Amino acid sequence: MEFLTTMGLEVHCELSTKTKIFCSCSTEFGGEPNTHVCEVCTGMPGSLPVLNEQVVEYAIRTGLATNCTITQYNKFDRKNYFYPDLPKAYQVSQLYLPICQNGHIDIEVNGVKKAIRIKEIHMEEDAGKLIHDPWDDCTLVDYNRCGVPLLEIVSEPDFESGEEVIAYLTKLKSILQYIDVSDCKMEQGSLRADVNLSVRPVGQTELGTRTEMKNINSFKAIARAIEGERKRQIEVITEGKKVVQETRRWDDNKGASYAMRSKENAQDYRYFPEPDLVPIEISDEWIERVRQSLPELPTEKKERYISEYGLPEYDVDIITGSKFLVKIFEKALEVCGEPKEVSNWIMGEVLRMASETGTEPEDIKFDPENLGKLILLVKKKTINRNTAKEVFEKMFTDNVDPEKYIKDNGLEMVTDDGAVLAVVKAVIEANPKAVAEFKGGSAKVKGFIVGQCMKQLKGKADPSVVNKIILEELDKI
Amino acid sequence: MDLSKLSALEAGKLIKNREIGVAEITKAALENIEKTDKNYNAFITVCADEAMKRAEAVQKGIDDGTYTSPLAGVPMAVKDNMCTKGILTTAASKILTGFKPFYNSTAVQKLEDAGAVLLGKLNMDEFAMGSTTETSFYGPTVNPWGENRVPGGSSGGSAVAVATDEAYYTLGSDTGGSIRQPASFCGVTGIKPTYGTVSRYGLLAYASSLDQIGPVGKNVEDVAEVLSIISGHDKKDSTSVNQEPLKFNLQNNVKGKKIGIPAEYFSKGLEKDVKDRVLEAAKKLESMGAIVEEFNMPEIDYAIPAYYIIACAEASSNLSRYDGVKYGFRTPEFEDLTDLYNKTRSDGFGIEVKRRIMIGAFVLSSGYYDAYYKKALKVKAVIKNAFDRAFEKYDAILSPAAPTTALKMGENLSDPLKMYLGDIYTVSVNLAGLPSIVIPCGFDKEGLPVGLQITGKAFSENNIMNIAYSFQQETDYHTKKPVLKVSKEA
Repeated sequence: MEFLTTMGLEVHCELSTKTKIFCSCSTEFGGEPNTHVCEVCTGMPGSLPVLNEQVVEYAIRTGLATNCTITQYNKFDRKNYFYPDLPKAYQVSQLYLPICQNGHIDIEVNGVKKAIRIKEIHMEEDAGKLIHDPWDDCTLVDYNRCGVPLLEIVSEPDFESGEEVIAYLTKLKSILQYIDVSDCKMEQGSLRADVNLSVRPVGQTELGTRTEMKNINSFKAIARAIEGERKRQIEVITEGKKVVQETRRWDDNKGASYAMRSKENAQDYRYFPEPDLVPIEISDEWIERVRQSLPELPTEKKERYISEYGLPEYDVDIITGSKFLVKIFEKALEVCGEPKEVSNWIMGEVLRMASETGTEPEDIKFDPENLGKLILLVKKKTINRNTAKEVFEKMFTDNVDPEKYIKDNGLEMVTDDGAVLAVVKAVIEANPKAVAEFKGGSAKVKGFIVGQCMKQLKGKADPSVVNKIILEELDKI
Repeated sequence: MDLSKLSALEAGKLIKNREIGVAEITKAALENIEKTDKNYNAFITVCADEAMKRAEAVQKGIDDGTYTSPLAGVPMAVKDNMCTKGILTTAASKILTGFKPFYNSTAVQKLEDAGAVLLGKLNMDEFAMGSTTETSFYGPTVNPWGENRVPGGSSGGSAVAVATDEAYYTLGSDTGGSIRQPASFCGVTGIKPTYGTVSRYGLLAYASSLDQIGPVGKNVEDVAEVLSIISGHDKKDSTSVNQEPLKFNLQNNVKGKKIGIPAEYFSKGLEKDVKDRVLEAAKKLESMGAIVEEFNMPEIDYAIPAYYIIACAEASSNLSRYDGVKYGFRTPEFEDLTDLYNKTRSDGFGIEVKRRIMIGAFVLSSGYYDAYYKKALKVKAVIKNAFDRAFEKYDAILSPAAPTTALKMGENLSDPLKMYLGDIYTVSVNLAGLPSIVIPCGFDKEGLPVGLQITGKAFSENNIMNIAYSFQQETDYHTKKPVLKVSKEA
């Protein structure tokens, strides 16, 4: 039996506002436990929330960047449940009137374009963290993360493969980074995804029973979790059993998922309108102002790079996929005006160094302007390409200024043809056997002669000039 | 001179004129509490040391011109559901055992900024749930007007502390009548301001959309002065209205004021003495120049069920945070997290609080939300509209605050439905968010006080205060005092 898979995604994204959603505590990651807290975010008796307007602004920005309709009269609701990381025993969220609705994100998998519909985006507060102390065998709570603003981005069940899910998440992450609402660091939990998945035999129109996998923390883990759960459900059905609607936890180390709670044991969250907050009214002017302030988004940028700079689609996909690579590209381009060169450098040396040093694009620290300068130095033949690669490595690791570094280390090319000539003559004299072989018709021995010359010139000469002089000299023999 | 008999403004004047020191009046108040409160239990916590220290600081502030309020230096007390920095705040519940907030509620902070001296924290029904102040974990408060009578509730301590002259004025909170009904039972003056007038920041929430802090005092002038201090926008409370603190210009003049009396309020279940006193008060106002007439407001019949659904729903959520994890009482022995929650909350809350939490959880649960909570919100809107229509015709609405005078202790505790029905005159005002003041208007045949409730449209505090003030200028019910049982000094 062949099976179709259908998935929907709930993505939680921590917003990068300076302060929390309902108080003025810092949202900074890390920090000693319970140091970024006050009576409001720890839900002390009598405390009341006051909405951070920046959160609304970020939510509008996200809604507009994902083609949503902004709900101009929206409200918060309380989601009630008991857990020690939730100090009020309710999470302030949006159920009845979420701030953004009916959007979509365009993805492309293996050349096929598809729109993934977004059902809604709502604002809510994050919970704290439980830490188990094995020494004292007790559980401690850290409320630093409590009240950090979150957006929950809920898709329609439009995914049919793991690749589509990854393409969507990649696109969503780059959009969120482009519009500066989140740093989307999965390893710090600022982007988390829940996957709803069901399978059904080909030919069946009605969707199968779905399960939900919670809080999966990397793209690779998501891909594995989807594959694992898909196989498990198909197995269950092929064995003639029924898939149980339940929440499951994916254990990426064991490569298997475990049931957390079934629908029968599902929490009744007893949602009702949050009486401590007033409804949020968003004017047309506010929406328009946010729309005007949106930067160029990945799709538009990609199209422009292809049409304006004539760059290959593959390269453009990779560069525009990360706002940090885009920043390097655009700043370097401003300095040197050579889009193809900049693109080649990013696709080559920048990404090579990043992967060799295990650096994420957002953590690359060299000044992008310096890459522009480096490209100009090659163009002006101040250094050759090989030297430039060496200089770039230093730029990448130590953020050196290429001009100063080249000068300090005497790496400028030998531009004096007389000096090159002297070296060539000396090499020819010292290698009569090689010269004889060359004269005898062995072309490849020329490479050896060039290498010897470049070695003596310490690599600081234009190889084309060296080549030309060698040929001239050998002709004379 | 018996200092305790002074009104708050009279005491403030003596302090301002340096006829008496803040330390002196504070010490006298503390001694009076020591003698009196054993018999009435109006206080859960008396903070004598803090009060004396504070008195000296306030005296300095008055001397150097920091405190200029007419109430600067006047000792007062607040209901124990308002956070007081460093001072036990219990909401009269076992579950908050040992809880000392590190922040002040805004209302308390504003009074402190005006130079108030806090004597202590006042008894109440647990989490403000009740109409008798008998559900307190710290024992019931006793009404000074009769043997074995309840003071009303939930702000029973706030009303009794004023009736017994233990405090010059107090703060209470009113979710469904919790300031007005005890004011009525204890013969004192109390106002529930328009929702949003006084910040709720630091008030331990019972029903957030209905809760409102208000003052209780010996007369309208005192209450007006306190309200002018504690009102005004607070950026820490999103539901506080963006307006300046209230200013009152009290005048003895009700000429031409149109006052309506809902006929439904006088039809059934109302004690004859209460009915007579309220109607006599209406006559009095008429004789002073007001125009009084009866009108119909049938929607009011639905107020009690709607109130209990909304209030319990919000309470079930608001009280979830008391779970033994972070502060207050935690059950000493438990097996796992669920057991910790179950035992802590079972032992930590009293029966009335648990009853309301269960009602609230039920009406919000999946499948019942529309039938109960959503419908109750619709009724709330209907009642608000009914009041809006009435206020197109009338400047104020006159009614009793409760169908009876003070009940015998224990009488209603075992019959919650009967107790809920006693809220008939007060809860609709909270549902509509309106301002409403209760003042004494006489006594029943047993000598128990009867209260007169004057309700106005939203933000018309000045208007209802004026009517109440005018009434007090022409009557002396508010000056009558119970005969106190006083313990011999230790």
